[in-house]
Amino acid sequence: MSAFFEAVGNVAFAAQILRVATPILLAALGATIASQAGCLNMGLEGIMLFAALTGVYVSSMTQNASWGAWAGLLAALAVGALLGALLAYLVLHLKTDATLAGVAINVIGSNATVFLMYVWTGSPGTSASQKSYVLPTVSIPVIRDIPVVGTVFSGQNVVTYMAFALVAALAFFLYRTPLGLRIRGVGLNPGAADSVGINVVGVKYLAYVLSGVLAAMGGAFMSMGYVSWFARDMTAGRGFIALAAQAMGRSTPVGSMLSSIFFGFTMALSNSMQSLSIPFELIEAMPYACTILALSAYAYQQTRKKKQSSGG
Amino acid sequence: MHHDLSGQSAGNEALNPSAQQQRDPHRGPAGKGGGLGAPRDINSRFELIRMLVAILIGIAITALVIFAVSDTPLESLRYMFIGPATTPRYFFNVLELMLPLVFTGVAISLCFSAQQFNLTAEGIFFFGGMVAAVAAITTKLPDGLHPFFCILLAGLAGGVIGAIPGLLKYRWNASELVISLMLNYVCFSVSMYVIKNHFRDKDAGAIVSYLFEKTAVLDKVVAKYRLTTGGVVLAAAVCLLAYLFMYKTRWGFSVRAAGANMNFTRYTGLNVAFAVIGSQVLSGVVAGMGGAVEMLSMFTRFQWAALTGYGWDGVIVAIFARNNPRHVPLAALFLAYLRIGADIMMRRTGVQMEIVKVIQAIMIVLLVAESFLAKTRHRMVVREATRESIVAEEVA
Repeated sequence: MSAFFEAVGNVAFAAQILRVATPILLAALGATIASQAGCLNMGLEGIMLFAALTGVYVSSMTQNASWGAWAGLLAALAVGALLGALLAYLVLHLKTDATLAGVAINVIGSNATVFLMYVWTGSPGTSASQKSYVLPTVSIPVIRDIPVVGTVFSGQNVVTYMAFALVAALAFFLYRTPLGLRIRGVGLNPGAADSVGINVVGVKYLAYVLSGVLAAMGGAFMSMGYVSWFARDMTAGRGFIALAAQAMGRSTPVGSMLSSIFFGFTMALSNSMQSLSIPFELIEAMPYACTILALSAYAYQQTRKKKQSSGG
Repeated sequence: MHHDLSGQSAGNEALNPSAQQQRDPHRGPAGKGGGLGAPRDINSRFELIRMLVAILIGIAITALVIFAVSDTPLESLRYMFIGPATTPRYFFNVLELMLPLVFTGVAISLCFSAQQFNLTAEGIFFFGGMVAAVAAITTKLPDGLHPFFCILLAGLAGGVIGAIPGLLKYRWNASELVISLMLNYVCFSVSMYVIKNHFRDKDAGAIVSYLFEKTAVLDKVVAKYRLTTGGVVLAAAVCLLAYLFMYKTRWGFSVRAAGANMNFTRYTGLNVAFAVIGSQVLSGVVAGMGGAVEMLSMFTRFQWAALTGYGWDGVIVAIFARNNPRHVPLAALFLAYLRIGADIMMRRTGVQMEIVKVIQAIMIVLLVAESFLAKTRHRMVVREATRESIVAEEVA
């Protein structure tokens, strides 16, 4: 047990939680906005992979160390928006089942990125042979000098700060702006929203596109912050974890953030506890098992609430 | 009201009457179920046309991409589409790949028929492989019996795991989709834990288990190839039994009816919960058996290091088969043929085989997109109706 606290009490560990949570948080925010509009974005994983490859490719093509990574990020976000729109088109116009359309996007993302990477680099495994650039880390002037806090909150990648800022931004957008209100209205009751003149399909399109952009930012972080290359299937299920984080966070930005941090915690734990006597695989399974428990507990509580309100 | 995943499908439909009207009651999940009766003739003819168009479009895109990236496009295309049929070895490769796809295809069909997006087949396939491997290492049984004991054990384990999302959905309305995705990772990690910590052969370089008992390995059809007689027989039996269950029994009818319209089925007094959870348990059994058959056919020790992806492929197979176990073998054969063709193309001409999975996903989208070719469908219905009215007039 003391070894556990040694691993967890470490300051670097706390910093790592934020780093590991970043891509999950961004994708979970993407899932959140889609869900608020009554849509399911099952394609987060594929969108993240496309964005990760796009970011590396564009930043590498610019051959520019000062703004190359930013160009890569922008291109990745654009690809995310396009894929979000594609998913919206499939679901809203072609009436494809949202789950299956998402599965298709994931299959395409997982395989097309490998195919394109091979065409580009000649390697089917990683893009490490090509020089690409990473997004900068930010050292915050005053905070970095405070002993523990500085190590945790300063010196993170710029995308990590953006991700947490986006939690506040998205909360404000959803609950305090007319457009956010419309999105939630469409999610709650599309018929009613339609009857007061809201363009339901348009709003859902917007939600899918924004969802794609947010997931893409998470994907770009993977290849231009977390590491500095693209690798086959490098998101490793983070798009699915993000869906769980959104469901656990009850589709609110703050809830999604908390559950993403929880996932970050367990994943960082599995990284740093490999030296301990607890088998790595069991720690690795923990975040997923915890999700199942948390989701079940939440669903249980909801059902009981419903029963009580209908019974009493 | 929060729009979490669990409440979504039910909530949206209840709130949006137009969505309900658009859903054709004669079709199962994903809009493509076998249908419960009524205007089957036009529907099935239309589905066939739509499938052919989707496949043609997929092949056309493949050809275009190959022309764009290959130095020897014609040669690449030849390897891709004719390659698997050129030598017995390649053809046996196709059949070997077809087997796991049949198992996961049937498994996913069972869930999708009940409109349950339970994707645990991916994890259960892996877990079943592990269970079979452990049983093959630790137990001693006579030759003919041993593999089937291992497969049975894996099937039982699969059934138990398959029940989890089903029960949670039924009892508390938890999203079976998210739960099953998480379960896949748990299955993977737990399996790896068992193999690595209890059955790892430390003399072998990589992380692999001890060798299976010789009696536990399934017998080959032809000594040179890895296709096993037991595997073929079991796959055929699973398809047949699943088909009979879905289309010839009262339970199966309840499952499909529940998939088409849950509330209606509830009012008819059919035991929906039993049927829906039962279909997911059976799905787990089939997926677990599939993993075991794959393990005891293709390997002599456990050597998987990552999830196999066959569960996701099962989704593709199920959609091509329109969730009907009867069509699963053909769909699995088609998929396996394309994959092996792409593999041959990659090894001979260097065009990455991932392209074929992209194409399969595109075909899937075309198949499940209800509005794709909707006008053609409309024309077919009108033509048929006109013909019938003419006939009716003549009779009168």
